[in-house]
Amino acid sequence: MGKPASGLARQASALMTWVDKRLPVTEFWNAHLAKYYAPKNFNFWYYMGSLALLVLVIQIATGIFLTMHYKPSANEAFASVEYIMRDVEWGWLIRYMHSSGASFFFIVVYLHMFRALLYGSHRKPRELLWVFGMFIYLVLMAEAFLGYVLPWGQMSYWGAQVIINLFGAIPTIGEPLTEWIRGDYFISDATLNRFFALHVIAVPLALLGLVALHLTSLHEVGSNNPDGVEIKEHKDEDGIPVDGIPFHPYYTVKDIFGAAMFLIIFAFVIFFWPEAGGLFLEHDNFIPADPLVTPEHIKPVWYFTPFYAILKAVPDKLMGVLLMGMSVMVLFFVPWLDRSPAKSIRYKGAWYRILLFTFAIAFIRLGMLGMAEGTPAQTWEMRLWTFVYFAFFILLFFFSKGGKTKPVPDRVKH
Amino acid sequence: MSSDGVNKDRRRFLIATTSVVGGVGAGLATVPFIKSFQPSAKAQAVGAPVEVNIGKLEQGQLLKVQWRGQTIGILRRSPETLENLDSVTAELRDPDSDESDQPEYTSNTYRALEPEFLVVNMHCTHLGCVPQMIPQVGPQPFDENWKGGFYCPCHKSKFDSAGRVYKAVPAPTNLKIPPYSFLDDRTLIIGVNPEGAA
Repeated sequence: MGKPASGLARQASALMTWVDKRLPVTEFWNAHLAKYYAPKNFNFWYYMGSLALLVLVIQIATGIFLTMHYKPSANEAFASVEYIMRDVEWGWLIRYMHSSGASFFFIVVYLHMFRALLYGSHRKPRELLWVFGMFIYLVLMAEAFLGYVLPWGQMSYWGAQVIINLFGAIPTIGEPLTEWIRGDYFISDATLNRFFALHVIAVPLALLGLVALHLTSLHEVGSNNPDGVEIKEHKDEDGIPVDGIPFHPYYTVKDIFGAAMFLIIFAFVIFFWPEAGGLFLEHDNFIPADPLVTPEHIKPVWYFTPFYAILKAVPDKLMGVLLMGMSVMVLFFVPWLDRSPAKSIRYKGAWYRILLFTFAIAFIRLGMLGMAEGTPAQTWEMRLWTFVYFAFFILLFFFSKGGKTKPVPDRVKH
Repeated sequence: MSSDGVNKDRRRFLIATTSVVGGVGAGLATVPFIKSFQPSAKAQAVGAPVEVNIGKLEQGQLLKVQWRGQTIGILRRSPETLENLDSVTAELRDPDSDESDQPEYTSNTYRALEPEFLVVNMHCTHLGCVPQMIPQVGPQPFDENWKGGFYCPCHKSKFDSAGRVYKAVPAPTNLKIPPYSFLDDRTLIIGVNPEGAA
């Protein structure tokens, strides 16, 4: 080194200049990585965004390979999944990566959303960022549901029956709407075939588009941080936030470490615990779909059970469906419900800690009750936690305005 | 480029009409795609009536058949079961089946042409699961005064032995009764009304 640039390096640089004049590669690299400044105080919670991206890539890659062996027909679907598991070389691994990947996607996304609630990452000016994130969450739920139908096991079949009939609760147009979704008078080959099309192309395209919007909007406003203060308000003479560090190499290295840790856990589950005791792959789904027999204990996969519990808690079809829909939709409005002068839980005071903690308990408990058999006592408990779930949003609106806060620091502390 | 002599009104009019015509065209172009989701001609053709031999059905036995992709149950009820029907009336949401889906000729307490044979669409009117028949009279985990009937495992809806829904469960209406008639003493046909009935 120290010598004049070698011929090779000169040629490489000339090539880059040639490319940059035709495609802004260097500009993009700088704008989004090398000269994109993120707050210096990211903690554990900030792994989840990049991990979600990693799982998305895993799902797309494994999904492409699964479509090469899977047959989207009512007669062949179940057998073709077993064929993948038993006869296709390494098919079991690809399939388990995909099926466990779905659950890990939701684990990561739920933690990612909880992070936003912890540090107020949805607050001004990041409302749209949150709204795009919520759309990603909705689309992800659709994608997961569609995918769960494809193996055409008992849970696939009866889960689809229940979910599609939710639309039947809508007055007047409900019944024709369910027929339109199914493409038949019952869940049939036509339903499976279209669900396959939606699962492998339509919904993933929408998902990728929304991820692009989510990231574009993130890079416009910049990341929030655990202190909930704006680093852009303190810049040095070069216009660089003093509490910011370039995403590359600092956070690329951090995220690679996070990805490695994640993959260790992910691999452990795939190799030793792919069904997760019936949580990731339900036992009844190893029985081929039978339109004549409903499994005795039917429940959705774990990531839907909190909302399913809310549905079960209401003894009225339309009201149950409405309340369940509202329980998801209300999340869209959190950026406007939280009116506290402090963004982060660190400076919000005890009222927010109690509210958020109770909300988290309600969500987890509803998830557990959603999977349970459903004794009358459990029904009453579901009603209680449903009440707590919705109370969070109402109390947040009222407490956040006048609720005590600690002084928010000017600069990032830790 | 000079914009002198441009007729701005005409330009605005042309842009607006072009946009409207283009928009309507694009909207109409979605119709085939939306319509393609409807049940195909093949799916519609499969809905033929189903003949069922009930000659070997024992008392208390439930036979399940498929008609138009729906699970249809045929239950041969014992005299005791029929007597029990009146004892639960107070606990039912719609004991006279006023708001329920059934043919005129089954509008009676038994919801049947022949009281002995209940022919019922087994799909729960809540979200379409198939309830289990639990004929035993006596305490059950879900009901201490169970008089026999159908219990849905999905969301705990309960129906009596005539498919009538209990109060305070998610299902809004009684189980549906499909159109059916008797060809002879031992043969039912599902999907065909009795002669003379609408």
